[in-house]
Amino acid sequence: MYDIVIIGAGIVGAMTARELSKYLLSVCILDKESDVAMGATKANSAIIHAGYDPKEGTLKARLNVLGSEMMPQIAEELGVRYINNGSLVIGFNDEDAEKIKTLYRRGIANGVKKLALLDKDELLNLESNISKNAVCALYAPTSGITCPYELAIAAIGNAMDNGVDLKLNFKVEEIKKNEDGYEVISSFESVKAKYIINAAGLFADDIAKMAGDTSFSIHPRKGEYLLLDKECGSLVSHTIFGTPTEKGKGILITPTVDGNLLLGPTSVDITDKTDTSTTFDGIETILSQVNKYVNSIPFNRVITSFSGLRAVGGTGDFIIKFSNDNFISVAGIESPGLSAAPAIARYVAGMLKETGIRLEKKKKFNPYRKSMHFFKNLSDEEKNRLIRENRKYARIVCRCEMVSEGEIIDAIRSNPKATNLDAVKRRTRSGMGRCQGGFCSPYILDILSEELKIPVEHITKSGGASNIIIGRTKGGEQW
Amino acid sequence: MVKSTDLVIIGGGPAGMSAAISAYNNGIRDILILERAETLGGILQQCIHNGFGIHKFNEELTGPEYSWRYEKQILELKIPYKLNTMVTEFTRDKIITAVNEQDGIFKIKAKAVILATGCRERPRGALNIPGTRPSGIFTAGTAQKYINIKGYMPGKSVVILGSGDIGLIMARRMTLEGAEVKAVCEIMPYPGGRARNVEQCLNDFNIPLKLSHTVVEIHGKHRLTGVTIAKVDENKKPVPGTEEYISCDTLLLSVGLIPENELAKSAGIELDSVTGGAVVDQNRQTSVKGIFACGNALHVHDLVDYVSEEAEIAGKSAADYIKNNGMSPGSFARNIIIKTGGGIRYTVPRKITSITDAKIYFRTSGIYRNAKISIKEGERVVASIKKKRVVPAEMEMIKLTGDNIREIKGGIVTFELEGLHD
Ligand SMILES: Cc1cc2nc3c(=O)[nH]c(=O)nc-3n(C[C@H](O)[C@H](O)[C@H](O)COP(=O)(O)OP(=O)(O)OC[C@H]3O[C@@H](n4cnc5c(N)ncnc54)[C@H](O)[C@@H]3O)c2cc1C
Repeated sequence: MYDIVIIGAGIVGAMTARELSKYLLSVCILDKESDVAMGATKANSAIIHAGYDPKEGTLKARLNVLGSEMMPQIAEELGVRYINNGSLVIGFNDEDAEKIKTLYRRGIANGVKKLALLDKDELLNLESNISKNAVCALYAPTSGITCPYELAIAAIGNAMDNGVDLKLNFKVEEIKKNEDGYEVISSFESVKAKYIINAAGLFADDIAKMAGDTSFSIHPRKGEYLLLDKECGSLVSHTIFGTPTEKGKGILITPTVDGNLLLGPTSVDITDKTDTSTTFDGIETILSQVNKYVNSIPFNRVITSFSGLRAVGGTGDFIIKFSNDNFISVAGIESPGLSAAPAIARYVAGMLKETGIRLEKKKKFNPYRKSMHFFKNLSDEEKNRLIRENRKYARIVCRCEMVSEGEIIDAIRSNPKATNLDAVKRRTRSGMGRCQGGFCSPYILDILSEELKIPVEHITKSGGASNIIIGRTKGGEQW
Repeated sequence: MVKSTDLVIIGGGPAGMSAAISAYNNGIRDILILERAETLGGILQQCIHNGFGIHKFNEELTGPEYSWRYEKQILELKIPYKLNTMVTEFTRDKIITAVNEQDGIFKIKAKAVILATGCRERPRGALNIPGTRPSGIFTAGTAQKYINIKGYMPGKSVVILGSGDIGLIMARRMTLEGAEVKAVCEIMPYPGGRARNVEQCLNDFNIPLKLSHTVVEIHGKHRLTGVTIAKVDENKKPVPGTEEYISCDTLLLSVGLIPENELAKSAGIELDSVTGGAVVDQNRQTSVKGIFACGNALHVHDLVDYVSEEAEIAGKSAADYIKNNGMSPGSFARNIIIKTGGGIRYTVPRKITSITDAKIYFRTSGIYRNAKISIKEGERVVASIKKKRVVPAEMEMIKLTGDNIREIKGGIVTFELEGLHD
């Protein structure tokens, strides 16, 4: 029997698990996927928003501003990359200028610091590649960028290092309420807990229903992206938004913490909560929009495209409420959910406290986690010292991103453990470079097989039936 | 601690090996080949089909056999090499940083460097094919490595996008391993690979080649379940209504090779926007003196025989450069730029800097019959060749003699093609 079970290992579940790992509580986090951060947290814009977008007085506004203020320290503790690059909302006409002023006033009301309105010259001074048609901008120097799945992986890893359990491939199908708490059931196993935190993203409505709460429903809204080669990352240094419309913040252009250039997202309501395919129209929409904001984007340098699904709750605000006794739902966590996540976690801890649960701090809580990219950041001398201890740090497996076998083994062995190719990729960046895994995946497949002691045929790209090879050609084995 | 070496060759494939032997034969002894793989031979090790060496040895060898001919010489001449060694940094003052298990991270300062790092395949992302992101999508070369090196079978029902040579070879290879290759789609109206490969790898196995077709959507949540293909118009845009669904568990991509030029870039070497490799003169010297390039790292070749030939030039040039204490081969007696006219996609080299024989490789931009390719200075023809048929997939060559070059008075010559466009 756990004190608390968290359903969903996205950024909300991750930050909540880490927050709760500070206390003397037994906590377990569950996810239906083969790795953490496989939902909205995997594919989004990665912006730590300053907080001028959400309407004054909403929970969204409050938690966004607070979360984004907490982010630099959390990123530092977790060894996750965070760059305070600032953002610009640019306007092209009087109507845009009015909207930008509204955003400015809203930001001030929300408590966003250092906001400024810029005229054309000031804008072009900050970003020389912005379209000459732009006339004004809102400048938010506190806005930043991070790597969202890296943040979630690190938060869960740190929570696990501090005693939290993680169960993957655990798809919650049913929840039973009994005298001493809840039983959370999948097709294969079940766990018991006194408290449940529902952080199931797009599926938070289904989970709430299992506890008898039908007060909200979540629908998916797709956002597609194009990612450009690292050579293009310096085209702009700030995150560039157009003026928002009813449909949201619109398409943005931003450098990523890896130095790539990210274009997107589109915004299309769909019905299938698992449809993360990219579309011809999506790609066209992005291409036609971004040209208006920034000059000479090298579209021939696209290295990949992807899409993410927003969990739209329909209330215009985050839905954070008790769905039943000792059962908290954290739902409708649309953008700026990533930015707000640390504050959401604290808010949820506060709600738990109200129920009378004892939140006693652990003496041994260690807030720090070694960066997944620690090896890269060492000097040559320090690297050589490590190499002498472990020769595998000198065996480069991914040549585009220069990732060694030692780093790949670290990713497979440290919390939360990588068990497939994409999971290794998200932790080490192997396979994320120009060749997109063509060179390194055959090697990583063998390393995974050896480390996990399972046959290569069973190693997958991203869990489920996504196996890479179907059998052997040599040695007479049949496929 | 920085070690000094006369000549460092980055890459131990056919280009690197041939360049090393050529430098040795031209008097250089202090040579070091750095190779990131566990063996010499580069991509040839996984090319177990035959067809290598027809020009060079008058024999049809397999990739590993061709490679062995050079490896044997490297061993006999005792030319030093380091395997499992990755070059991580390279500067224009020829300081190389590399890493391997024995030496850790180490630095070498070279008098001359030859870049022979080969090429890599264009991945899916570069194509922007819409759809899901399942497993079962491989570049043709990666599938080749799985089958021929690892002994793993990537899938059993296959569509191949792109008709580059590796794609064609893999159509046959997968068929021989018992897989069903359902179609090869090529967006261009002509095949990307050599005619011989179309014949022997597709036609002989009744594998349909769909010209002017591309993949417009990818299906499958976990493993690939199928692709939608469609016909394309002259602008390579899919024609609505021509979509066709093909179920398959594997999609191989053979959509182009790109010279591996990260190191060239980091050294600030001028690159050619068409080939993706360095801009070189006839001695295969790049824009940075003492740094040479050859093989697929310079431009993508269709026959390894020409890679070896080109690498011999680079090896000799590097040797001359070292022996002349950093004087460039031919001492920049000329400064002639080669321009491309109609029908010609690119030439390598793009510069002539000395009065020495120059082998100029080129590719055409389309298929032409009864073609006459000339190098002209103004209206004067410096040299020309005639070909019954030229195709972009097959590299061609014109040789300029020292005398030809001496006759060129100005700073520009133009490559021109006359012929019937197919
Ligand atoms: C296109 C797009 C762009 C965005 N851009 C930004 C941005 O720039 N800045 C920002 O701050 N925010 C942004 N967001 C919002 C942000 O990504 C989300 O708010 C955040 O990732 C939500 O995290 P989550 O943990 O609530 O959900 P998720 O990450 O979706 O996690 C939910 C988890 O629950 C699991 N789960 C679901 N059902 C079950 C079940 N039955 N059993 C077990 N596990 C289950 C899922 O597998 C998943 O891992 C963006 C979102 C999208 C889609």
